[in-house]
Amino acid sequence: MSKIPTLNDLKQGQKARVNKIITKGTIRRRLQDMGFIEGSMVECLQRSPLGDPTAYLIKGCVIALRSEDSSSILVSEVI
Amino acid sequence: MSLACRTFETRVGEELFGIKIDYEREYVVALAGNPNVGKSTLFNNLTGMKQHTGNWPGKTVANARGVCRYKDKEYVMVDLPGTYSLMAHSQEEEVARDFVCFARPDAVIVVCDATCLERNLNLVLQTMEISKNVVVCVNLMDEAKRKRIGVDTYKLSKMLKVPVVGITARKKSTLKSLLETMSVIVDKEEKTQDFMIKYPEPIERAIAVLEPVVSRKIDHIDSRWLCLKLLDNDESIMKSIENFLPINPFEDGEVASGLEIAYKILEESNISKEDLSDIIVSSIVRQAERISKSVVFYEDEKYVERDRKMDRIITGKYLGYPLMMVLLFVVFWITIRGANYPSAMLARFFFFLEERITYFFELVNAPNWLHGILVLGVYRVLAWVVSVMLPPMAIFFPLFTILEDLGYLPRVAFNLDKYFKKASSCGKQALTMCMGFGCNAVGVTGCRIIDSPRERLIAIITNNFVPCNGRFPTLIAVITMFFTGYLTGLTGSLVSSLILTLVIVMGVVMTFLISGLLSKTILKGVPSSFTLELPPYRRPQVLKVIVRSIFDRTLFVLGRAVIVAAPAGAIIWMMANIHVGGETLLGISADFLDPFGKLLGLDGVIVLAFILGFPANEIVVPIIIMAYMAQGSLIELGSLSELKELLVANGWTLTTAISMMLFTLFHWPCSTTCLTIRKETKSIKWTVLSFAIPTLVGIGVCFIFASTVRLLGLIINT
Repeated sequence: MSKIPTLNDLKQGQKARVNKIITKGTIRRRLQDMGFIEGSMVECLQRSPLGDPTAYLIKGCVIALRSEDSSSILVSEVI
Repeated sequence: MSLACRTFETRVGEELFGIKIDYEREYVVALAGNPNVGKSTLFNNLTGMKQHTGNWPGKTVANARGVCRYKDKEYVMVDLPGTYSLMAHSQEEEVARDFVCFARPDAVIVVCDATCLERNLNLVLQTMEISKNVVVCVNLMDEAKRKRIGVDTYKLSKMLKVPVVGITARKKSTLKSLLETMSVIVDKEEKTQDFMIKYPEPIERAIAVLEPVVSRKIDHIDSRWLCLKLLDNDESIMKSIENFLPINPFEDGEVASGLEIAYKILEESNISKEDLSDIIVSSIVRQAERISKSVVFYEDEKYVERDRKMDRIITGKYLGYPLMMVLLFVVFWITIRGANYPSAMLARFFFFLEERITYFFELVNAPNWLHGILVLGVYRVLAWVVSVMLPPMAIFFPLFTILEDLGYLPRVAFNLDKYFKKASSCGKQALTMCMGFGCNAVGVTGCRIIDSPRERLIAIITNNFVPCNGRFPTLIAVITMFFTGYLTGLTGSLVSSLILTLVIVMGVVMTFLISGLLSKTILKGVPSSFTLELPPYRRPQVLKVIVRSIFDRTLFVLGRAVIVAAPAGAIIWMMANIHVGGETLLGISADFLDPFGKLLGLDGVIVLAFILGFPANEIVVPIIIMAYMAQGSLIELGSLSELKELLVANGWTLTTAISMMLFTLFHWPCSTTCLTIRKETKSIKWTVLSFAIPTLVGIGVCFIFASTVRLLGLIINT
């Protein structure tokens, strides 16, 4: 992949480490409160029947994000 | 603590929650916690109150207080809004933070979910930074046990250096240790806490410089925490400080110069102001992670997997939508089928009773008009509301509550979100729509879970497109009479449920259309970001739910029947019997409305019934019946088929029936809902629009339908 992968690039069942949130404002804080901080492991659980939003497993909780928001979270070590 | 200080806190309590607290006589205990951790259940069990609970984040939207008695002491329990953090990114977080910070409760119980403790610890740590009287209450221990998750509360208590109690909020017997802990901590002398969140070294140094200055100036708030907020340039807390305390820390010279030095320290370590916020948040999250790792044990990962498997079916690509339809259908089917028997029984009983009462009136030689108002007016409308409307309501409500407790509703929101995104609105609107099924007023209040003001208004205005509990018995009655009356038994109820499901789907589609239209016109904007939590599935307490909601619903409907239906019955009887210029008032009004009604495929009486039904939708059908009966054709009404005869005798056709259903689905919100909208939006304009939009949609849809039928020259007689 040439560009830096985001959470939105993960396929069902893939896991990755959160690197950076590139959005600002309230949603940034909200995501951080949910546990999306540098170093956290996230697993992509599944997409909704229509392809968006997507459910992620973070800190033992299932959080659904729309693609606009999940593509603002840069990840690494995709497995 | 000095008395003067407590007076101040009473004022804060009043300002934030509208509650008066007598700190002299009572202890104040705040319940904090993430959304959906069973806070309300705990609150109910401690105070004996009956706040509605449900398994989805943000269910409790109204602030509540209640009194709990334990060992001759009185505790005022304050149920704070459920929040993920106290960093004040939303109104709820601000309220929760301000209460803990300024009203200074004698104890703050932070309720946690044992099955996802790590995320909950984030809030625990944040609360501990503000208050010294924290009790950690790990709830849902039974769910954790079922999922083979072990939580070492003893070790957690050792690590956090605050009391930790494990409970199962719905089992009262497990609450004793919590009460005991609470009674001890409220009397605890205030002291500095042992546990502190450690921040990276430069930040600690900056705090060390600033803290002595701040603690000299403000003695009301934890100074370490306030220093962090000052460094973080948290405007929200500064506003609250200015509001509640007579000081603005930023305007104080000494604090300002302290801040300057502190910032220099940070600068030297290459920490910018933007970085600082991130570092503060992630320090707390990391400590939560560290603590969680040493107190939570997963004995068997497979049990956690169960929820994932259920999700893959319930929100699956192929099964997600069909399953939603099937569930809706099944719920309606049980409602329709189940309501038949009690309805018939109640109807028989009421008409038997009516005969007796009439006999009694004749016996005592009561005047005709008195019998008319009381029996033909008040009594009959009441009888109709109770026998036709109540049974479906009393059956639907618990069924729905079970789905809610199970945790299904957030999955509906997950499934439907893409449509909401297309309409530029919030996915959580699906949750408020679901609440609308029970009662639109509740649905409107529930819109508080939507943070964006624009999206919240859209959800409020369109909530009425979901027929509430008071409306779909009307739909059921019309469907049964005109569409499936000739089918008997099982087939009849299956077809009825199918039609009802389609009607509901129509309401949902209309919600999307109007939401999208609003987003493109008067509420222009792009969809805002949000996170939707899909909580763990929980086993509903089926029996308790059924007993509770049948009881509560019945009382509620009966109460409303007495307040609304009875006077409506009296009014309609009088209108039918007061003559003005040779015609009855009812006749005059119905005649006046008739051309308009005919335009919509209805008639004057139906329109009049909808208007008189403004206080409560469940009286619309009873009013129609009353009006027709009063106009002459007096027949004994014992069943729906007899009712149909009455309607047909008054000119009802299949077209009338369909128009009636459309108008039931799309018309103005009831008076309670309108008042709620006024309260929630604080605006006459939006209240008027919330009234006008569904009304115009209803008039438009009915007009198009009726005109099409007329144009096609179809006169369908049934």
